[in-house]
Amino acid sequence: MEQTEKFHYDNKIVKYFAIATTFWGIVGMLVGLLAALQLIFPALNFTEMGSQITTFGRVRPVHTNAIIFAFVGNGIFMGLYYSLQRLVKARMFSDLLSKIHFWGWQSIIVAAAVTLLAGYTSGKEYAELEWPIDIAITLIWVVFGINMIGTLIKRRERHLYVAIWFFIATWVTVAVLHIVNSFELPYSLLKSYSWYAGVQDALVQWWYGHNAVAFFLTTPYLGLMYYFVPKAVNRPVYSYRLSIIHFWSLIFLYIWAGPHHLLYSSLPEWAQSLGTVFSIMLIAPSWGGMINGLLTLRGAWDRVRDEPTLKFFVVAITAYGMSTFEGPLLSLKNVNAISHFTDWTIAHVHIGGLGWNGFLTFGILYFLIPKLWGTQLYSKKLANFHFWIGTLGIVFYAIPLYWAGFTQSLMWKEFTAEGFLAYPNFLETVTQILPMYALRAFGGSLYLIGALVMVYNLIKTAQTGEVKDEYVEAPALPKMHNMGQKEYWHSVIERKPLMLTLLSLIVILIGGIVEFVPTFLIQSNVPTISSVKPYTPLELQGRDLYIKEGCYVCHSQMIRPFRSETERYGEYSKAGEFVYDHPFQWGSKRTGPDLARIGSKYPDSWHYNHMMDPTTMSPGSIMPPYPHMLENEIDIESTPAKIRAMQTLGVPYPEGYDAIANDDLMKQAEGIQKNLAESGIKTPANREIIAMIAYLQRMGMDIKVKENISSK
Amino acid sequence: MSALFILILISLSVAISFLGAFIWSVKDGQYEDDYAPSVRMLLDDKKADDLKSTNNQTNK
Repeated sequence: MEQTEKFHYDNKIVKYFAIATTFWGIVGMLVGLLAALQLIFPALNFTEMGSQITTFGRVRPVHTNAIIFAFVGNGIFMGLYYSLQRLVKARMFSDLLSKIHFWGWQSIIVAAAVTLLAGYTSGKEYAELEWPIDIAITLIWVVFGINMIGTLIKRRERHLYVAIWFFIATWVTVAVLHIVNSFELPYSLLKSYSWYAGVQDALVQWWYGHNAVAFFLTTPYLGLMYYFVPKAVNRPVYSYRLSIIHFWSLIFLYIWAGPHHLLYSSLPEWAQSLGTVFSIMLIAPSWGGMINGLLTLRGAWDRVRDEPTLKFFVVAITAYGMSTFEGPLLSLKNVNAISHFTDWTIAHVHIGGLGWNGFLTFGILYFLIPKLWGTQLYSKKLANFHFWIGTLGIVFYAIPLYWAGFTQSLMWKEFTAEGFLAYPNFLETVTQILPMYALRAFGGSLYLIGALVMVYNLIKTAQTGEVKDEYVEAPALPKMHNMGQKEYWHSVIERKPLMLTLLSLIVILIGGIVEFVPTFLIQSNVPTISSVKPYTPLELQGRDLYIKEGCYVCHSQMIRPFRSETERYGEYSKAGEFVYDHPFQWGSKRTGPDLARIGSKYPDSWHYNHMMDPTTMSPGSIMPPYPHMLENEIDIESTPAKIRAMQTLGVPYPEGYDAIANDDLMKQAEGIQKNLAESGIKTPANREIIAMIAYLQRMGMDIKVKENISSK
Repeated sequence: MSALFILILISLSVAISFLGAFIWSVKDGQYEDDYAPSVRMLLDDKKADDLKSTNNQTNK
């Protein structure tokens, strides 16, 4: 008989992550609801009450980061720490690493929330966190990786179940994505500039952005699906073979799909097409996975009626199928032309977020909490209530936003018989969809109420039990399981293949990036448009305020080559215009109009009044007021460091310019001050609003001047 | 557009490492049985007897 070993599964760490995902889930949803309400009631930005940290531009990144990295992140770790131990019949490699992983991740979340609200942001969506936190994420991710791979090495089950493969791919790819996209040059303790500029930065960002969806929100959750759905229904997955094909084809295709976020932008055509082609191909493995998940319930559909967990799973998997069908659809250029920059995208991601990630997490919690605490679920009735109100919430969330997306896009593109824009005032297209925004907030509230009911239900459940480590026995794995290898090194690789490939890949990549990126990129920052000049110090300060306030959350800086856009905003955007933009600020959503050519469109006084209170210039505007910009002084002490950082990144300021940059800054500021005084506005020259106006008036001017001479 | 080539290079190395993992998994015989693993994961672990637990806890 084989020798058996006795050991404990670590259930405490699973408990911690379960509590964390629940807690941060509620926090993230609350912040989301606040953001949704701010779009209907601008007063909820609280700026008029003196708050500077609660504007939509700061709240929305807190929402997205909280949901992705705190709610789903902890959800991944909860399910992974539970299933991995059982799939490989071993306790986690190191309890200490597990604890460091847990507390490290929670500290990162808190630091993220604080810094984002305080306005420390890199200005790149879903990668907003600044460089010290980026480093912390890398370290904790490595801790997690060592813990996971260590567990795999000491496993007692030779076969790696498909879920484990999904976990491994998640770890490797997220590590690579995070490192490549976070390449930035710090100029102060908490702030940095993206190493990449303009088109390059956009490309890296959306390569990251799409793969964050793929490898943070999708592959780890597929791993969880392949573990928890069969477990919950007590039936093997419909086709194990299909699950293997699902895994390998998915990871090989996903990494190429990123450019579909940049269709019709200044990215080369072939890269756009590459992204589209791979996106379309992704339907096959995605739907294979969905079918595999749903058919696992074959012959057990009657149990879906009584088991809340299974209900949540069915909707989650269906939502996965819907959003992975919609994703490729949105990657088609002709569909993207309509959908991009509208609420269609927001609806799309929430089918994935609320449906797939949210409902799978809820299903797992209803399954896991009673199991971990060794008890029964407190109330099935409440769980069923949660299911129905949550489902209703998704419907009420998504349908109005689809409607809003279509409506707004059609209004943007409509021309009168005379060939003029039917809705030349952007604001008309916003006020039109406000009722849809209200319905969306209603849907979100329903969803949140469901989640709160779940929290109550789970707390009640936990009170009747206690978490204990599970004490089990399993046969040890024979030490050498390779089939007659002769050479020593070969057998070592055979035994530790994962460790070696993964760690060496990361090492090689870090080395390669550090070596290549700077040289490659600075070379290519040589402008292709000679009239494009670096930002003046005042404009640079203004641009940093634009990033700090999260203006990119609602305003794009990318005019696509459509008549409806060139009529509204001016000449379409060229790649060469962005060579000094560290980071790029193209945006992905137009809640407000595009700003790429806002420069000289309005007088300085218009911007002054508009920033103070947008409704004075645009009655009905839903933009937050920024009265504090009129009071806050420009942080001129940072100017020299900023100039030096930009020089390092290849922006051609003259040598020694950092020392005299503030002189230029004050000169330009006084010019704007004088301009404002002529319109009867008295303000000191060193206020943030002055820098903001300087930046806004600069945008798009580099080539606009020429165009005005030649064509108008 | 050099970032594009960096990304392609990195994407390719990720893809190649996945390919390596795939070849390893096939050679290792991970997929020789494409049914049993799906059933095996359903079986609950044999509970060890708590009373006799003191002598064999090396793997905690």
